[in-house]
Amino acid sequence: MRALVGFLGPRLFRALVALWLVSTVVFVVMRLSGDPVPLLVPPDAPRSEYERVAKDLGLDRPLPVQYAVFIGNVLRGDFGRSIHFRQPAWRVVMGYLPATAELALAAFGLALLVAVPVGLLSAVKRNSPIDHVTMGVALIGQSAPTFFLGILFILLFSLKANWFPTSGRGGWEHLVLPALTLGAFAMASIARLTRSAVLEVLRQDYVRTARAKGVPELAVVVKHTLKNAALPVVTITALQFGTLLGGAVVTETVFAWPGIGRLAIQSIYNRDYPVVQCTVFLSALVFIIVNFVVEVIYGFLDPRVRPR
Amino acid sequence: MASSTPASVPAEVIAAVTEPAGGGAGARRTRRLVAAGLGFVLAVAIVALAAPWISPQDPTRQSLRGRLAAPTLQGADGRAHVLGTDHLGRDVLSRVIWGARVSLLVGFAAVVVGGLIGATLGILAGYRGGWLDSAIMTLADAQLAFPFILLAIGIIAVLGPSFPTLILVIGLSGWMSYARVLRSQVLVLRSREFVDAIHALGGSAGRIVARHILPNVMSSLVVIATLELARSIVLEATLSFLGLGVQPPTPSWGGMVQEGREYLDSAWWISTYPGLVLMLTSLVVSRTGDWLRDLLDPTLRGE
Repeated sequence: MRALVGFLGPRLFRALVALWLVSTVVFVVMRLSGDPVPLLVPPDAPRSEYERVAKDLGLDRPLPVQYAVFIGNVLRGDFGRSIHFRQPAWRVVMGYLPATAELALAAFGLALLVAVPVGLLSAVKRNSPIDHVTMGVALIGQSAPTFFLGILFILLFSLKANWFPTSGRGGWEHLVLPALTLGAFAMASIARLTRSAVLEVLRQDYVRTARAKGVPELAVVVKHTLKNAALPVVTITALQFGTLLGGAVVTETVFAWPGIGRLAIQSIYNRDYPVVQCTVFLSALVFIIVNFVVEVIYGFLDPRVRPR
Repeated sequence: MASSTPASVPAEVIAAVTEPAGGGAGARRTRRLVAAGLGFVLAVAIVALAAPWISPQDPTRQSLRGRLAAPTLQGADGRAHVLGTDHLGRDVLSRVIWGARVSLLVGFAAVVVGGLIGATLGILAGYRGGWLDSAIMTLADAQLAFPFILLAIGIIAVLGPSFPTLILVIGLSGWMSYARVLRSQVLVLRSREFVDAIHALGGSAGRIVARHILPNVMSSLVVIATLELARSIVLEATLSFLGLGVQPPTPSWGGMVQEGREYLDSAWWISTYPGLVLMLTSLVVSRTGDWLRDLLDPTLRGE
């Protein structure tokens, strides 16, 4: 039990500090980014009206007080009212969250579904043309700018081939291109990692032993290799999920996908502080939780890291 | 005899902390690939520098008659537009050439900013240790936990898009990788006997860092900087694409992709060419970083 606390404690602490830092930075940046009041009151409104709105938003109080209020509210999940939507920011963001979750899960699922078999195949057929081609594509996928991939996919698969719609959210056909765009980087990384993890395992003595015993090659790969190569792949894969959230900003903008990434960009232009704070905080929260869970799971799976 | 303290200790130390590359037979090939990659970067830099002389036309010159012309050697305005013209009749090739200036200028400057901050903090964290180390590394973790593009957009929205802002923001977005790698290397180096020896002989911490630690981490620094250059170029293009980077009419690759978006169906070349050039640059630079990492690994150097 003590070992468990010793193992989880520092990790939990680090996660909390990260969360606090993120919220503080968000507060500072958003307060620096100009006065939202002129966006709310008509330009010819009297001074008193201006001051009333500022007071309503708590902007008339000293910054440290605003900060204390902000942190207190964050702890209660209260991010204030959206200036643009005129309802609680949390509710606004929650309204956009399903679209992002759908996109992220689809991107992630697609990435895994393609990358793991491809990586495995590449490793088994090492130095074959298949290996060279897939790894070449993976390298391109890893370095290609997300926004341009999106544009390229729209050009090739919706405008020229007319297979998928160019933008918006609807049936599954709306999901394919954004998911492919968002998942491209993760797909490429996972494929390369799977390949190297499998190659690493194939070098091990127990694989040689299995082969020497006359175990069929397929069984060697599936039973002996896959299980042992899975650990690093699972770790990196889960971490990739966090970075997907950042990529969602660009992908959602390119495909006019109504998720929190696009909401965040629009809210920055609208100077809608509460919504921006809420989206950023939520993304960071998800990322940190995923990181934490992965680290813990990894700790229990891998005997070398496991708490004693 | 502080002067005779081995500056040559490093190789094996670095060998211990950098990941080993594949078999030794590929070293010459890797060296050639690195040379080719650096050659490519040099070529792009020359194109960027020579833009005023080699660009076939003024990149901001508009032409109503020559709008949205497909790639042609004999346009409606009587000029060659090898990569076509955009919605204002500007020559796409000329704009791609001038766009290289923006990409490289912002990219290199951001690498310098990020490298200075990251290297300083990383060496400080590794050398001093203690609470400072924890603080710096927590900060790095926190920033890595952050969808940085949102922060970048926020900062640029406050300060307004300009070259210095862009460079600062992109630089700040990348200091963590330098800091993390250098910290772990310095941690190893610091515990070596030669550091204790210099200390015992009265060498100051600043001297140890400058004379003995910095030279030892240089190769890692170069590798990270190359990888960061690719990332910075892509980030600048992404911000320009979102309308937060370089402002029109200054040509930038990301901005051109954005401008061509509306005409993707009828005039695909406006977005596609700058995008492809960007993609190629990013690919080559990041691969060069990978090859450099393989090459600078002294287990290969010693062959």
